[in-house]
Amino acid sequence: MTMAELFHLNHVRSVYGKRTVLDIADLSLSSGEFFALVGPSGAGKSTLLRLLNFLEAPTAGSLTFDGQPVPLHPPLSLFRRVTMVFQRPLLLQRSVRENVAYGLRVRGLPADERVEAMLERVGLKAFASQSAHKLSGGELQRAALARALVLDPDVLLLDEPTANLDPYNVGLIETIVREENQTRGITVVLVTHNVFQARRLAHRVGLLLEGRLVEVAPTETFFQSPRDPRTAAFVRGEMVY
Amino acid sequence: MLRDRECAAFTYHESGLTLLADLWPIVLLSLRVTGTALVISAVPGIVLGARLALRPVPGQRLIVLLIYTGMGLPPVVVGLAVYLFLSRSGPLGWLGWLFTPAAMVTAQTIIALPMTIGLTLTAVGAVDPNLRPQLRALGATPTQVMWAVLSEAWPGVLAAIVAAFGSIISEVGAVMLVGGNIEGQTRVLTTAIVLETRKGNFELALALGGVLLGLAFISNWLLLKLGQRR
Repeated sequence: MTMAELFHLNHVRSVYGKRTVLDIADLSLSSGEFFALVGPSGAGKSTLLRLLNFLEAPTAGSLTFDGQPVPLHPPLSLFRRVTMVFQRPLLLQRSVRENVAYGLRVRGLPADERVEAMLERVGLKAFASQSAHKLSGGELQRAALARALVLDPDVLLLDEPTANLDPYNVGLIETIVREENQTRGITVVLVTHNVFQARRLAHRVGLLLEGRLVEVAPTETFFQSPRDPRTAAFVRGEMVY
Repeated sequence: MLRDRECAAFTYHESGLTLLADLWPIVLLSLRVTGTALVISAVPGIVLGARLALRPVPGQRLIVLLIYTGMGLPPVVVGLAVYLFLSRSGPLGWLGWLFTPAAMVTAQTIIALPMTIGLTLTAVGAVDPNLRPQLRALGATPTQVMWAVLSEAWPGVLAAIVAAFGSIISEVGAVMLVGGNIEGQTRVLTTAIVLETRKGNFELALALGGVLLGLAFISNWLLLKLGQRR
């Protein structure tokens, strides 16, 4: 697996009005790695994902992708190398199949075989012709994952993809995401409240508190012997601010 | 007696044909004028409404207020304004449009436009704003996102068109003022109903009213079918 640097954030700040929501001194993400970002609500995790997805630009600092600085308005070719599954996925008022095919259609790519294979993979083949709005929560999340993965992205960003899901759907989504990372080398950045999930899946884990990265470490080091006492407290399940 | 019944039957049949002959040009003209006004107002109306919903501009609140005010404009006032503009002494008198279908189309377009803009703005604005970044994250361009959002808002946009159609085909004040209700030239369903009622020709007036109701029913049915989701 190639572990070349893919993302590098250098003194990146995001400021909304008078509030600094993100202040990352230094963060590198390698190609093919599985990185989990944990932290309390409001820590800035979703903001970081939006920066990595080029949906917004940092207020200050530099963001590079694949060795190149990311311009203020990234070209479409760059934009389309990264995709995201949101915490509350929204599907179009179309069939499940058409929703999964959406990203391919906007790229002008043929859809049929890839879409059918992906529907099978996420266990939604039986629902393919059904309106996406009739799906349950777990099915919806799987459909959202399918429409992201069918694009064969370089980077997959996941914003709490298994929040409020039952164990079956959690297991299925985790299995698929792990396989994508291990077999296709997709770089995965997972935001999760579930520290156990982070431990199960990630190569490295980062703790974000009040917009700052407190600690980034290989998974076992993060959980067994964290450097920062706040990390230790967070892993123990204590409130950390 | 048989001869009397034959005569009565023949007269009834002939009066029916006469009714149809009177009705048909009025219906066609109504559809032509209203249809033209609808197309002219719907295209910029939908584009502007969607644009305002997707990318608010400075002074948006004031613009929206003006649009909603425009939706409540009395048709006869619009007719009066158009009349003054198109009259011989008016700034656009040189067009020679007064008392022609062109003047009626102008008046009905002005009535319909705020409605198509305002209701489209509402329909597109009702689409969850979180959809847009999610579609962008799938690699859609801003234009592709706009089309997808419009697609989600389509029932509301269709409702805007239906509302505009219903409003302008049933209005009488504006078309009476700027069209003049000239037989064979500017007489439409609503102005004909007024005239025939005043003449005591209730049979034709009722037939015209029935056609107007039928048109409203058919248009709503068609747009309901179009608005059904797959």
